[in-house]
Amino acid sequence: MSSKPINVEEIKKELIAKMPTKVARKRAKAIVPGAGGGEEIPEIQANVRTIPGIITQRGCTYAGCKGVVLGPSRDIVNLTHGPIGCGFYSWLTRRNETDAGPDGDNFIPYCFSTDMTEHDIVFGGMKKLSAAIQEAYDNFHPKAISVFSTCPVGLIGDDIHAVARQMQEKLGITVFANSCEGYRGVSQSAGHHIANNQIMKHIIGTNDTPVEGKYKINILGEYNIGGDAFEIERILEKCGITLISTFSGNSTVESFRRAHFADLNTVMCHRSLNYVAEMMETKFGIPWIKVNFIGAHATAKSLRRIATYFEDQDLIDKVEQVIAEEMPAIEATIKDIRPRTEGKTAMMFVGGSRAHHYQELFGELGMKVLCAGYEFAHRDDYEGRHVLPKIKVDADSRNIEELEVEKDATRYNPRKTPEQLEALKAKGVEVKDYDGMIGQMSKDALIIDDISQYETEKIIEIMKPDIFCAGIKEKYIIQKMGMPMKQLHNYDIGGPYAGFVGAVNWYRDIDRMVNSKIWALTKAPWQMEGPELEASYVAE
Amino acid sequence: MALLRHTTGEIKERKALTVNPAKTCQPIGAMYAALGVHNCFPHSHGSQGCCAYHRSTLTRHYKEPIVAGTSSFTEGSSVFGGQSNLITAIDNIFTLYDPEIIAVHTTCLSETIGDDLMQISQKAKDDGKVPEGKVLIYASTPSYVGTHITGYSNMVKGILKGFAAKTGTPNGKLNIIPGFCEPSDMAEVRRLCAMMGIDIIMVPDTNGVVNGPLTGKYEMFPKGGATREEIASMGDSMGTVGLGRWATTDGVNFLDAEFKVPGTILGMPIGLQATDRFIETLHKLTGKPVPEAITFERGQMVDIISDYDQYLYGKKVALAGDPDQLLPLVELIVTLGMIPAYVVSGTAGKYFDDRMAELTKDVPYDCKYKCGPLADMYLLHQWIKNDPVDLLIGNTYLKYIARDEDIPLLRHGFPILDRMGHQYFPTFGYTGGMRLLEKILAAIMDRQDRDAPETRFELQM
Repeated sequence: MSSKPINVEEIKKELIAKMPTKVARKRAKAIVPGAGGGEEIPEIQANVRTIPGIITQRGCTYAGCKGVVLGPSRDIVNLTHGPIGCGFYSWLTRRNETDAGPDGDNFIPYCFSTDMTEHDIVFGGMKKLSAAIQEAYDNFHPKAISVFSTCPVGLIGDDIHAVARQMQEKLGITVFANSCEGYRGVSQSAGHHIANNQIMKHIIGTNDTPVEGKYKINILGEYNIGGDAFEIERILEKCGITLISTFSGNSTVESFRRAHFADLNTVMCHRSLNYVAEMMETKFGIPWIKVNFIGAHATAKSLRRIATYFEDQDLIDKVEQVIAEEMPAIEATIKDIRPRTEGKTAMMFVGGSRAHHYQELFGELGMKVLCAGYEFAHRDDYEGRHVLPKIKVDADSRNIEELEVEKDATRYNPRKTPEQLEALKAKGVEVKDYDGMIGQMSKDALIIDDISQYETEKIIEIMKPDIFCAGIKEKYIIQKMGMPMKQLHNYDIGGPYAGFVGAVNWYRDIDRMVNSKIWALTKAPWQMEGPELEASYVAE
Repeated sequence: MALLRHTTGEIKERKALTVNPAKTCQPIGAMYAALGVHNCFPHSHGSQGCCAYHRSTLTRHYKEPIVAGTSSFTEGSSVFGGQSNLITAIDNIFTLYDPEIIAVHTTCLSETIGDDLMQISQKAKDDGKVPEGKVLIYASTPSYVGTHITGYSNMVKGILKGFAAKTGTPNGKLNIIPGFCEPSDMAEVRRLCAMMGIDIIMVPDTNGVVNGPLTGKYEMFPKGGATREEIASMGDSMGTVGLGRWATTDGVNFLDAEFKVPGTILGMPIGLQATDRFIETLHKLTGKPVPEAITFERGQMVDIISDYDQYLYGKKVALAGDPDQLLPLVELIVTLGMIPAYVVSGTAGKYFDDRMAELTKDVPYDCKYKCGPLADMYLLHQWIKNDPVDLLIGNTYLKYIARDEDIPLLRHGFPILDRMGHQYFPTFGYTGGMRLLEKILAAIMDRQDRDAPETRFELQM
């Protein structure tokens, strides 16, 4: 562990010292200190174009749209319109666990592609796309087909939306398209937005068969990685809360169609689904609150917020009972593990939400997060939603459609009066609110947006954390340095990490990793400094 | 319940829809080839998603760091061209990461808009963005043409174009282009050549790059990889051997056309006869005798085949993968008395069909095979539904069929995302052949043990 006091400004200087001047100037704006002690929240540069050649960890709009948001719905055939790579690389590589349920539809293990060739680039791929949709229908009879465009599609001018409309008419099932070409926007984030718009336009609210049940909610931005949503579903069921739909882990198109019957939207991943949260509020009058089911105490807090929102004593009591039942196992595990993790340090660089969500889990183990950042979050995820009016949409993101929705003429129904919302706020349940990550990190911590490979190596060298959390591309780089590396996208094929069961899994995994024996054995005995080997060996 | 539950044996003609491909796109092959050059930094000229996907896939396959840069196209550069993105990238890469070489490949994006790498590279040099002694090489790798194998082939040619030269003084060496194979296979080729006393230049060579040690220090440019100096002397070599028609023909022909270095294209030395042809070729090209130690290894492999014949004969196998790997594998399957019932490869080529017809002509089964567009794992699965097989050979994606149909799977090819071994232990050569036999037999015999009734559960096998 670093013994010298942490000076954020000095570290920042060190990180950018070697960069070309223009690059250094730009990167400096993406590095700020935390403001957890009530300091003024600094402005961070985020959601701007990636610097070419810097080795970013970012992906593209297609990944954000198909790979993240729409891919996990099990009964939609997700058809990639492009050359084979995009479909291939997003085939089963995100661990969206899925239970095919009683109806048995599950297309998750399949990869569907139009596999564009040179001929399609030259003469256009619309005919092939129509034929592929027809063949997908003939072979698989799905309830819905969703088309995703890739880089060349926008350039050659294929009108995928027209093809989708024609095929929807012909087949009589929902067919819709997403213009999620990889070059749009500056990261996966644009793809989230595009997917949100298309689900809102084509799916949400298209079935008016009422949903029975008490305390009806949706979870927005939860993808069931490693079974996270299954654990959340278990807890909600125990509490008697009715979950209509999860966007989009373990989801079905039918659950989306009836999502407008919820009385509350709970938002896990703010970045990827806040657009739908906002639009559903506008159109149907459903308020949303930010929740976090990562961490035992965070889970308890989120359950209490949901119960407070419904203002129903039965639910409030039930939630307290569930928390009381679940907590002993948590406390016993922490008591066992914490002596081995106390005082250790971590860094986290993950997509657009987890670098914040996981901080409480580290706190529960007595560990400090020295440094955190996102690949593609926006300023509101860092600084809180109060900065939204100040965010300027730059030239690179200007062409991402802002979908205008209006109050639904017949179905708009505000679930709470302004007075009720005020009263809830007084009880600590503020709707349409998210505080962001910076305000919860200490002033000697660093927040770095879109960190590069170069900065990653430097920051580790300077601050020497005990564990580093990021993704597959960083994993083995970090481990070569002799340091444990936890993947917070795919959980190293572990999980769940959400909810109460997830917290215990997490404590055990972190204990195993920071106390692993192997890091002390990276040098061979003959590479160790010390006295000459003596000419006698201990017989074993 | 089945995972691929929507797959049935009812085969409907498809013309447009690929389902579960047995291939991926060009740039990942180019990225892999570039990693086989020492001190070389692969760069993807396109939008950044491609680069992230290619790095991730190679990383998952090797459990090793795979670094590469990207031009990170935005919508603006997609309309007006990516020249300034690439020049900025080159400047940043040399400043921050200091490679000796940047190897640029393209994607469907930069190819569709028609960026000219030769012109942009020249501009980067003219603008002083390429430091003294540093080099840019490049290859055009449009994703909508061919497959990852095509991309490998194109980058090999790009590497040779960038460095290969001829002084006129013979170096007494043999060039080897190993094809899209594992670092362990490249090491095996090197070992066999060393046993024969043949000095080789192998390009690319990823051994030591994507299967390196953990030392506590991260090296962005590991010790492995063909050096620029080695590649530069390839024009002075006595000949070139390419292992794999799809992956190496372009490189072999380039050295022949440019420097009059005679080339030989072989299949990959997988299995008995393909290895025989490889060793024979080395012998003929160099005049070096085949040492007893190699003949001994061959004899061991023959011995194993004869020892275990009863477990192999008549067993049906389905295979998916890359044609350079599949053809010698099929030959081995036939040699073992097994039946290559179904074979698919997403990579096209007339030679595949011709060679498959030749290899299976005496096989007592109506073997089905297909390559190119729509030769996917969905079709393979449908064939299996209609008449099952005893063994699957191919990449990790076959594990879904393996589970659904309860068929043992031998993981082979690219990518293998769920097991180790491929980066460390070869399938090339006679020793690699023995490893393949061990794995094939283990799969079949484990299955026999699992399924045997109590009365027929055998201690000895």
